[in-house]
Amino acid sequence: MKKRFALLLTLLLALGMVLSACGGGKNSAGDKGSGKEKPKQEFRVNIKTEPFSLHPGLANDTTSGTVLRNTFEGLTRIGMDGKPELAMAEDYEVSEDGTVYTFKLRDAKWSNGDPVTAHDFEYAWKWALDPKNESQYAYQLYYLKNGEAANTGKASLDSVGVKAQDDKTLVVTLEQPTPYFLELTAFYTYLPINSKIAQKNPDWYKNAGEDYVSNGPFKMVTWEHRNKIELVKNDQYWDKDNVKLEKITMHMIEDVNTELSMFKKGELDWAGAPFSALPTDSIEQLEKEGILNIKPIAGVYWYKFNTEVKPLNNVKIRKALAYAIDREAIVKNITKAGQIPAMAAVPPSMFPENEKGYFKDNDVETAKKLLEEGLKELGYKDVSELPVIKIAYNTDEAHQKIAQAIQDMWKKNLGIKTELENEEWAVYIEKLHRGDYMVGRMGWLGDFNDPINFLELFRDKNGGNNDTRWENPQFKQLLIQSQKERDPEKRLELLKQAEKIFMDEMPVAPIYFYTNAWVQKDNLKDVAISGLGDVQLKWAYFE
Amino acid sequence: MLKYILRRLASILLTLFVIVTITFFLMRIAPGNPFTSEKRLPPEIEANLNAHYGLDQPWYKQYAQYLVKVATWDFGPSFKYKGQTVNDLIADGFPVSLYLGLEALFIAVFFGILLGVFAAVRQNSWIDYSSMSLAVIGISVPSFIMAAVLQYIFAIKLQWFPIATWGSFKHTILPALALAMMPLAYIARLTRSTMLEVLNNDYIKTAKSKGFSERVIVYRHALRNSLLPVISYLGPLTANIITGSFVIEKIFGIPGLGAHFVQSITNRDYTVIMGVTTFYSIILLLAVLLVDIVYGLIDPRIKVSAKEGV
Repeated sequence: MKKRFALLLTLLLALGMVLSACGGGKNSAGDKGSGKEKPKQEFRVNIKTEPFSLHPGLANDTTSGTVLRNTFEGLTRIGMDGKPELAMAEDYEVSEDGTVYTFKLRDAKWSNGDPVTAHDFEYAWKWALDPKNESQYAYQLYYLKNGEAANTGKASLDSVGVKAQDDKTLVVTLEQPTPYFLELTAFYTYLPINSKIAQKNPDWYKNAGEDYVSNGPFKMVTWEHRNKIELVKNDQYWDKDNVKLEKITMHMIEDVNTELSMFKKGELDWAGAPFSALPTDSIEQLEKEGILNIKPIAGVYWYKFNTEVKPLNNVKIRKALAYAIDREAIVKNITKAGQIPAMAAVPPSMFPENEKGYFKDNDVETAKKLLEEGLKELGYKDVSELPVIKIAYNTDEAHQKIAQAIQDMWKKNLGIKTELENEEWAVYIEKLHRGDYMVGRMGWLGDFNDPINFLELFRDKNGGNNDTRWENPQFKQLLIQSQKERDPEKRLELLKQAEKIFMDEMPVAPIYFYTNAWVQKDNLKDVAISGLGDVQLKWAYFE
Repeated sequence: MLKYILRRLASILLTLFVIVTITFFLMRIAPGNPFTSEKRLPPEIEANLNAHYGLDQPWYKQYAQYLVKVATWDFGPSFKYKGQTVNDLIADGFPVSLYLGLEALFIAVFFGILLGVFAAVRQNSWIDYSSMSLAVIGISVPSFIMAAVLQYIFAIKLQWFPIATWGSFKHTILPALALAMMPLAYIARLTRSTMLEVLNNDYIKTAKSKGFSERVIVYRHALRNSLLPVISYLGPLTANIITGSFVIEKIFGIPGLGAHFVQSITNRDYTVIMGVTTFYSIILLLAVLLVDIVYGLIDPRIKVSAKEGV
């Protein structure tokens, strides 16, 4: 017995020695940047998942977009003030009718020293439009003349409206005047790629390496799939003197609780949106601690109505349902991240007056009146004769809580009976696209900073993102007209009128406008988050 | 023995065929496809994608192609991770899960058996009761709670280890512990109960009366016979652990194979589903075969090849 004890003890001791030898105890190996001397300009963040693809023409998600926006640079870039500023383009001219843009490129280099030329842009845009390459975001390039035709195989790529006149001049011809085109040229699908390398090695974008070159403030030196990405300052970048960060490490940790723990411990410099998300039940606590940052972004959470199904085919019923929601209660008690109640379709970052909206929040009186009128129009004597309304959402705790709250509100305020149903995301979205639903929860984040982004979703009854089966000829007409209107003020007026029609018919009940919520190191400055919620680290630094 | 192994390999192939077929049909029954997205793709693009991946062909043709792919181990590209093939994903993820799994197995087997032996030899003592209580806790507490507790105590409060991610040996210790808890507890209980039975046997009494020391009796004679149930358990356990735990890998941010088993289904990533399911099945079936062979080696009373499988 003594011998066995001794054996066990020895084993434990050995294990302990091994552990302490490798464990090394302390974790803070000088990675904290506590401002005694100049702090290390190294930024550690979690981007949550592996990016879909780091080829600008293939990317279709925010994770890929985040990496690409910091390693590549397009003709324009969204500045710290939220407005597009010239980037790869030094100067530009627009034709009289607004359809031809001539860009003059500045002298700039790829990270391997190759010069950035107009051919690189032409090659990249045509590559994305080539149906062979199966880019799911090619539709962003449909603003180019023959873009859609080329992508759907009805025209050749040569006929697409982008031509490199010479190494430094890019001539772009659009399908029709597009007032927000310079916003679009900052979007990741419009980024250039090194055409020399891409033609030689079509797999250049699949891994980091000497063929993965970029022209932006940072270059990617490491890509361990599903583990991390490392960026370092690009010393060939034309504006490198304004870039202060030396290194960026992007982890891919799916668990948001782990991410927050790592931030609190000092292993990360940022936790939450837009790179990832904060655990919802931690938000209240973080706010109490005074370290929570909140910024409204151009996105809306809404309930879509299937306007072909009784009783939702009646406008008054739809409006009654929309008016009877207490949005303030939802954002205060359920989502709790400073969201703004939405009584309009377009976010306040584009139409500031939409902070007030088109109707009063929780206007139960008007809702009741509208309900009565609606019932009469449909031929029901009483609310109890209404078919049970099904509320659908994709499985998620937050969506469930909101649906339950709204179910309760409709019952209490209007006496309407509802049933909740939820499915996994892919199943759910197919249901919606098929029209197999009554009320369905959805959200939309702007792709670029213009109201048409939100309104054109519902222009055509069968549009890819409509799902409500609603269409209105005047609404459509106003949107089409707005594309041709050259005066920006008149154009916004047209869009406002369109929105009014939309809100009068209420095919969708907006609930709240999104916000980004995050925590960050105090001495981290100048991280540029645009109104759309995307992030650029070009100007960021540790004080 | 050789004939036995060959027969078993044949039945493994048959089992694989059934598994692969069921997977194919289950995959296709679920609504949705790899390109389901919030913004519906223009129909021409979707048609292109479907044609390229052969998704527009009649089901029996797709099934035939699928069988060929499995046989040649060429599962093709992942739909979700553009630019990576299924083999890339497995090659990237499996070594990580394997390393972690072997570490966890070592901890579980070594300490589990040790604990079980101590408890059996000192039956009804405080050692026995405390180790068995610990075992019950280990079996009952879900792995994600264990993981969170370990993170909290050892990474956040004591700061001995990093909270998450994958890098050096330090990074592997907490996740290996979290993974090992349940198997360790189970092995401890298993060892204990079998050991108790064995210790009551006649030949042990003979050995005691012959004057052998307790150490010799326990470790030279009794232990070997107590290991059989543990070995049976080890077969499927090994297959399970080395292919990665979805939960542990998610909490600790480890780029192993575990995540793919769940996410590929959510993503309707058909090729990856096919690849990882086949991969896992092969490992599991081989592990079970190995266990059966080891039985025959360890306990001469078991004639493995005599009749049909064990």
